[in-house]
Amino acid sequence: MDIIVCIKRVPDLAEAGLEIAADGRGLRTEDLDFDINEWDDYAVEAAVRLKEQHGGVVTAITVGDEDAEEVLRRALAMGADQAILLDDAAFAGADPFAIATALHACIRSLPFDVVLCGAVTSDGASGQVGGMLAALLDVPQVALATGLEVDGGRARVRHEVEGGLEREVEVALPCLITAQSGLNQPRYVSIRGIRKVADVAIAARSAGDLGLAATAVGEAGSRVRLEGLLLPPAGKRAEILEGSLDAAVATLVERLRERGGL
Amino acid sequence: MSDPYKALDYLDVDELYTDEERMIRDTVRSWVSDRFLPIIAEHNRAATFPTHLIPELGELGVYGASLQGYGCAGLSPVASGLICQELERGDSGLRSFVSVQGSLCMYPIHAYGSEEQKQRYLPKMATGELIGCFGLTEADFGSNPGGLLTKAVRDGDHYVINGSKYWITNGSTADVAVVWAKCEGTIKGFLVDKGTRGYQGKPIKNKFSLRASDTSELVLEDVRVHRSQLLPGVEGLRGPLSCLTQARYGIAFGAIGAAQAAFDEACRYSKVRIQFDKPIARFQLVQNKLVWMASEITKAQLMCWKLGKMKEAGTMHHYHVSMAKRNSCWMALECCRLGRDILGANGITDEYQVMRHMCNLESVITYEGTHDIHGLIVGRQLTGEDAIL
Repeated sequence: MDIIVCIKRVPDLAEAGLEIAADGRGLRTEDLDFDINEWDDYAVEAAVRLKEQHGGVVTAITVGDEDAEEVLRRALAMGADQAILLDDAAFAGADPFAIATALHACIRSLPFDVVLCGAVTSDGASGQVGGMLAALLDVPQVALATGLEVDGGRARVRHEVEGGLEREVEVALPCLITAQSGLNQPRYVSIRGIRKVADVAIAARSAGDLGLAATAVGEAGSRVRLEGLLLPPAGKRAEILEGSLDAAVATLVERLRERGGL
Repeated sequence: MSDPYKALDYLDVDELYTDEERMIRDTVRSWVSDRFLPIIAEHNRAATFPTHLIPELGELGVYGASLQGYGCAGLSPVASGLICQELERGDSGLRSFVSVQGSLCMYPIHAYGSEEQKQRYLPKMATGELIGCFGLTEADFGSNPGGLLTKAVRDGDHYVINGSKYWITNGSTADVAVVWAKCEGTIKGFLVDKGTRGYQGKPIKNKFSLRASDTSELVLEDVRVHRSQLLPGVEGLRGPLSCLTQARYGIAFGAIGAAQAAFDEACRYSKVRIQFDKPIARFQLVQNKLVWMASEITKAQLMCWKLGKMKEAGTMHHYHVSMAKRNSCWMALECCRLGRDILGANGITDEYQVMRHMCNLESVITYEGTHDIHGLIVGRQLTGEDAIL
């Protein structure tokens, strides 16, 4: 089975004091830690498990500069067999469509049965790349997967749908699946695994290598233009309701009425 | 991913590490956050080591990680140091367990063992199927190990060992002990398997420090071991001391982890603890403490990185390790004392880590060469005058 997994290197925003970069269109990254996007970690784990069950080859792909190599190497250490870095200045400033365009151009020349993506990234948080990539590849997609089994040319996928519900669907391969948290428990990258892939060469592809014009990718190929990034205005101080439980509930109801919440 | 821990790295020391070293550090860091930290307070209270994690650590690959072959990872010195740093961020007992296994038991087998001994022990020790300990210290011979009284007497194809060892990490858990004994006046190393008649490990109870770690006495009464269990490659105090150099190297990195844990906890706490209507982080005295901690941690990170590079280049000597071990343990203990101070009364409970680390570090600053002894080793190197013997 040929499995492709698309991953991204993202900043850890949970604890950081965020600052907008000088151009107003990005974050200052100097003090940020970077790691693989959490949802992509589930996707890599799912890909490696499919390989362990059915045999085959796992290929990890990312769009980024040489710093992004570390997430590819991490995927290799987890069990991916090969990795491709889509690295070109022309890819910069891409919206989800331009990212999907680059990924599609790379994947269309590769054999694949399953493409796995994270459901969403923790930085951009659009959740669109998987769906767009499936459309470009013209394969069925199942989004927000929380369970995955592949058997004889078909995938049985449990996934989240509206209203807090889950359902199970079956799709024919080849297909694209986006991984939701809870799909699996990603393994720890073992030290032996890291050692084993230390010298594995990572192939780099430019827009030209993929047969893409520079105008078709990155900011030029984007359909959404990022005008600027703003920090949310600092909120007023939170109010802690004092007194007994009953009194606090009464005050809360009053507050909600005042503000049109009830 | 949900781990709020942020390791202090004020001068971007990260930049000095290779991608591989960082990746190894990060995988151990997240393992400690996910698997170890949620249970350590409980084990510390009960004075038990979380033995169920032994195979997981083997799978991760931390045992004997700097050794080549026999199922070991063959890591750079900096990478193996960073593993110690991350383990000790969890607890000094965890790092001690791994240090003893790798530096004090696997290392001498790897360096001085016969091929048969290496094949028999090392692959299973790398996975954690076999646990090791190191018996050098005796109740009356701590800083002066050369005076040890344990004796081995040749009897045909066997040696008969008598004596006792004290303060032995993993002593009651271990499947194999490296026991250093005097044979016709010369120190030699023997591999003693658990279950050998006359050999017994007895836990030392009621410790305030390294509670989540097995510290034991080894009793050896007419223990007969076959001559194939003698480590053939070394004689004299040089043997055990070379192991200690390896372990002390790991401690120098390890103590930084405990200090980073104390700093992270104290810094975080200072921003949310309100006194006089403002976070205590806004008080100059609190800031001064945090600055001291951050500066010392940063200096120690740089010292240890350089030490690692010297180890890699083959230019590191035991007296270099002494300076780093001495400095790291001292600064980590001071960081914990300051961190505890910032936490006020809350700092004395085990809801916070700092006092556990502080208590542990009282052992770490003492074992594998006390602070003072390491000072004398550096002093001897600086002056040419020996103030120990």
